[in-house]
Amino acid sequence: MDKLKLIEQTVIRDDIPHFTAGDTINVHYRVREGDKERIQQYKGVVINERGSGANKTVTVRKMSGNIGVERIFPLYSPFIAKIEVSKKGKVRRSKLFYLRKLRGKAARIQEKVKGQGPVQADVDIDGQPPVQAEAESPKPAQAEVKGQGSAQAEVKEQPPAAEES
Amino acid sequence: MSGLIGKKVGMTSVFDDLGRSIPVTVIEIEPCVISQIKTEETDGYNAVQLAAFSKREKTTTKALKGHFDKAGSEPKKYVTEFRDFIPEGFELGDELTVEDVFTVGDLVDVVGISKGRGFTGVMKRHNFSGVGDATHGQHDRARAPGAIGNASDPSRVFKGKKMPGRSGNERVKIQNLSVAKIFTESNILLVTGGVPGRNGGYLKIFNKSKSDIA
Repeated sequence: MDKLKLIEQTVIRDDIPHFTAGDTINVHYRVREGDKERIQQYKGVVINERGSGANKTVTVRKMSGNIGVERIFPLYSPFIAKIEVSKKGKVRRSKLFYLRKLRGKAARIQEKVKGQGPVQADVDIDGQPPVQAEAESPKPAQAEVKGQGSAQAEVKEQPPAAEES
Repeated sequence: MSGLIGKKVGMTSVFDDLGRSIPVTVIEIEPCVISQIKTEETDGYNAVQLAAFSKREKTTTKALKGHFDKAGSEPKKYVTEFRDFIPEGFELGDELTVEDVFTVGDLVDVVGISKGRGFTGVMKRHNFSGVGDATHGQHDRARAPGAIGNASDPSRVFKGKKMPGRSGNERVKIQNLSVAKIFTESNILLVTGGVPGRNGGYLKIFNKSKSDIA
């Protein structure tokens, strides 16, 4: 197992902040168009983390208009330029698939208030380096559309496409 | 064909130059000792015998120990031959390391002993598809092999008929995997895709891209 860790260590990045399900994150994703590269931002709620070590992926859900969009990011993919944690959410489970059925006000997540909650809350909010197994996963992030009710839609491009890299 | 002996460590994934994630098997390659060099004149064919993974002298027979002494090596667990592999510049008793034989991008074949599955049915063992439906009067035939032959004409079951039995625990060769990465200091080879056998199992890795090495 030692040697396996050694290899995973070469893949795992330490510039990815720590976050868990329920947190709102902003993923700066490198998009290649022809030979130009730009950075796209994708901001949403983490509803799932799976895998460990180099294979870890996170699913980020956001509402684009009234259409739900989910993207799966390999956490240590070189396409990820940066991840910012913009909000810590207070949730009671690690997989938030129930959010898919909820709309509007019901789909809100309560924000974790500093100082309340677990003793560690402070540290968490600062986004410590990922001591825990953070992994990234193989496939280039796929976007998956979760239509509301039965409405299936195409994956939306982000409206605020961003700065040049 | 050139090659080396390795040990399966496990699987993980890495990113390639284009940022794609590739599933890889991590193979540990201890330096392999050349324990014998066979030549056309003396043995009728050309080959190199490699040995890797030390074992205790106590558990080695005197005959084997004598063989290893000739190469000036301590006893090894896994000994195997590579036909028509002529490592130029290497002699009896020298050690071959990963970078001597493999470079990134090479195509390799990997031989290992598959995981033993015990006594298995025909679906797991021979990829049969089972019998019939879940309904229409069938009730316990979902994984059955079905008919095994004809009627009074042959009046027998043909030899080699695929049936349930012990499966796995046999030599399996996976062909045309490619070398994804090499870590020379830690003697590790990353090969795309899966490889037969359990973690910790011994593997024989052939390099198809090169017939011998310089």
